[in-house]
Amino acid sequence: MSDVLILNGRVVDPASGVAAERDLLLRQGRVAAVELPGGLKDVKAKETLDAAGMIVAPGLVDVHVHLREPGQTYKESIATGTAAAAAGGFTSVVAMPNTVPVNDSVAGLEWMLDAARGALVKLFAMPAATFGSMGHEITDFHELRQAGAVGFTDDGKPVLHDAVMREALVAAAGIGVPVSQHAEDTRLTGGCSMNAGPVAFRLGLRGMTVEAEARIVERDIRLLRDIEERDGLRPHLHVQHVSTARAMDLIRNAKAEGLHVTCEVAPHHFTLTDEAVGDYDTNAKMNPPLRNDADRMAMIAGLMDGTVDCIATDHAPHALFEKEQEFERAPNGITGLETALGLVLRVLHKGQGMALSRVIALMSAQPASVISLEGRGTLKLGSLADVVVFDPAAEWSFDAKRSRSKSRNTPFDGAGMVGRVRATICEGQVVYRG
Amino acid sequence: MHGVAKSSEYAAGSLLTVADLPVTEIAAILAATDRIERMPSPERARMLAGRRIALLFYESSTRTRTSFELAAKQLGAITTLVSDKSSSIEKGESLKDTGLTLRALGAECIILRHANSGAPYLLAKATGLPVLNAGDGMHEHPSQALLDLRTMLAKLPGVSGRLINAKTLAGVTVVITGDILHSRVARSNALLLPKLGAKVLLCGPKELLPEDALGLASSLNGGAVEIERDFDKALKRAGSQVGGVAMMLRIQKERLAGLELDLADYVARYQLTEERLMACAPHALVMHPGPMIRGLEIQGEVADGPNSVIEDQVRNGLAVRTALLVRALSAAGFESVTV
Repeated sequence: MSDVLILNGRVVDPASGVAAERDLLLRQGRVAAVELPGGLKDVKAKETLDAAGMIVAPGLVDVHVHLREPGQTYKESIATGTAAAAAGGFTSVVAMPNTVPVNDSVAGLEWMLDAARGALVKLFAMPAATFGSMGHEITDFHELRQAGAVGFTDDGKPVLHDAVMREALVAAAGIGVPVSQHAEDTRLTGGCSMNAGPVAFRLGLRGMTVEAEARIVERDIRLLRDIEERDGLRPHLHVQHVSTARAMDLIRNAKAEGLHVTCEVAPHHFTLTDEAVGDYDTNAKMNPPLRNDADRMAMIAGLMDGTVDCIATDHAPHALFEKEQEFERAPNGITGLETALGLVLRVLHKGQGMALSRVIALMSAQPASVISLEGRGTLKLGSLADVVVFDPAAEWSFDAKRSRSKSRNTPFDGAGMVGRVRATICEGQVVYRG
Repeated sequence: MHGVAKSSEYAAGSLLTVADLPVTEIAAILAATDRIERMPSPERARMLAGRRIALLFYESSTRTRTSFELAAKQLGAITTLVSDKSSSIEKGESLKDTGLTLRALGAECIILRHANSGAPYLLAKATGLPVLNAGDGMHEHPSQALLDLRTMLAKLPGVSGRLINAKTLAGVTVVITGDILHSRVARSNALLLPKLGAKVLLCGPKELLPEDALGLASSLNGGAVEIERDFDKALKRAGSQVGGVAMMLRIQKERLAGLELDLADYVARYQLTEERLMACAPHALVMHPGPMIRGLEIQGEVADGPNSVIEDQVRNGLAVRTALLVRALSAAGFESVTV
């Protein structure tokens, strides 16, 4: 049996309230013991990790990644994308459905989740909310949930029609998973390639306005309220990659009202602003776009005050030839799995003073809770042995050339990171050593 | 970031934007323009004799293409024109590969006109060649701004002969009116002219001139860019001193569609008429980068009138572009004609 002992580390497990020196025994893919230092000295294990000076935390959970398989494996595959996840400390990732073909059927979902795809960490998926993500007819939520769906989304596009979104929320309400919305009113963003504002004006690029995001968030919240009042149901809306102060305020108010809304923020949205587009750097092009500094600070405020439920990368690999195009023609998206923890620790922990336990909660327990994962996002006795061991003090620079991802499209090549992953363990298997 | 710091990524002699051009470099370009213009034509024809220049045009153009081509020929260079309608671009070849192909065929400099903002940066990075931006999307048209500057320097009373520095255009107000949002000419002028001390007033309805245009006012140009939506008021500010300029931009009728403003309203509020010019700024220079739509943004009588320097602009375009080509192809040769 491949038992693993992790000794001398500082366990930070927000779900169980532990933040202290503890030794950990992982056995048969589960957390088998959490003891005071020295408490496991008589236990023999196949592998022992010395975590002195390290943080031992629940494996990170990313509810928003694009793994490009099936159909676009020149950008990424499930195997390479999950290898990048492991290198970033993630033990669970949720694949978005905008593959080719779109993941909108049980057969497609089962194919994706099949062990033959070679996922190195636990792979979950959110299938499409509507067939083909065309926004017209909702998929079979019940059947897909049975097959493992952890939510429904047309990510990359919004569910634009009110009636269709309402139907999706109602259908999801009964089965305990969210409808995860890419909040962009695409009727307002045609031809746009970055954030609207003075920088876009100077660069001569059409800009996506704050309203385009806020209008969909506002509409979805109105639908939630309406469904609670008229249908007596309590649907769960998850707002993906919030990027504007306006949307953050709407979500904060909806939470205060008691509606079931959760949201995620991506590291680039609290790290960079639209100035990073610079000389038309297509590695600073994503959707939603990098916003201005007030919006960036609003993301940080939302993270600090608890409005934000989780950090998600929106890992979106693209091949070099696709990004080496005119800015307006280049596809949206950047990779993010290997830079998330380093940026979060740099910007939120070191920069803003966010407690380490909060950082870890935002990347493990809370995202696990958003999609109702059982036994993950915590190191409680008996939970799945998903663990990340990282050196919280290590300062290093990310080198895109050394990425496990097939793609290199990141604005963080050479950027400073704080905290380095030393080991990632998924269900008791060591899947990464740094 | 636009700025000098990153300019090393691009070959020396490239002109992608005016934003990072120091005043000393502007002065050098203008000095070279004067020298080359005064040269006997056989001497001029030796400057770039046998050098290979590619004109890569993804958009149609009359003035810019012809003047770059004539400028290159005057200097003795060999030119080749590649346009999107008669090349492998039609077959889907990328800008990068098109640039690499031109380089492999011996092009030493590429002049690019492209519908996408920022395309010249991509080409300059991909090829390592000096690239001259001949207009990219809604972004910039640097050679146009330089020729506009040269026209002002020659035609504004009391300015001709001044040394080129941060105060050369002190007291000069330039009103740029029309579809600022879509205009690369407006952007380049608003970024360039304040470096020499001019005040730029942008004028137009909010649909064609959003507040975000103030993004053109930056530390790079002293922040001397303002919005004044009332055309008469803007013109009066240009007319209150000797050195005023009314620069009009083409209005594409289809861009007025969907705006609160109809064509008749636009004409009433923003057309440069004789009456308006005489009432507000009787001594102002009238400029237009072309193509101009007579009867829309400008009355034909004004375009042909005594204040108009529109044809001087075209002539200056040819001259300035000779200097930009010499600068692009040989730093040493350029220096020899800048003093």
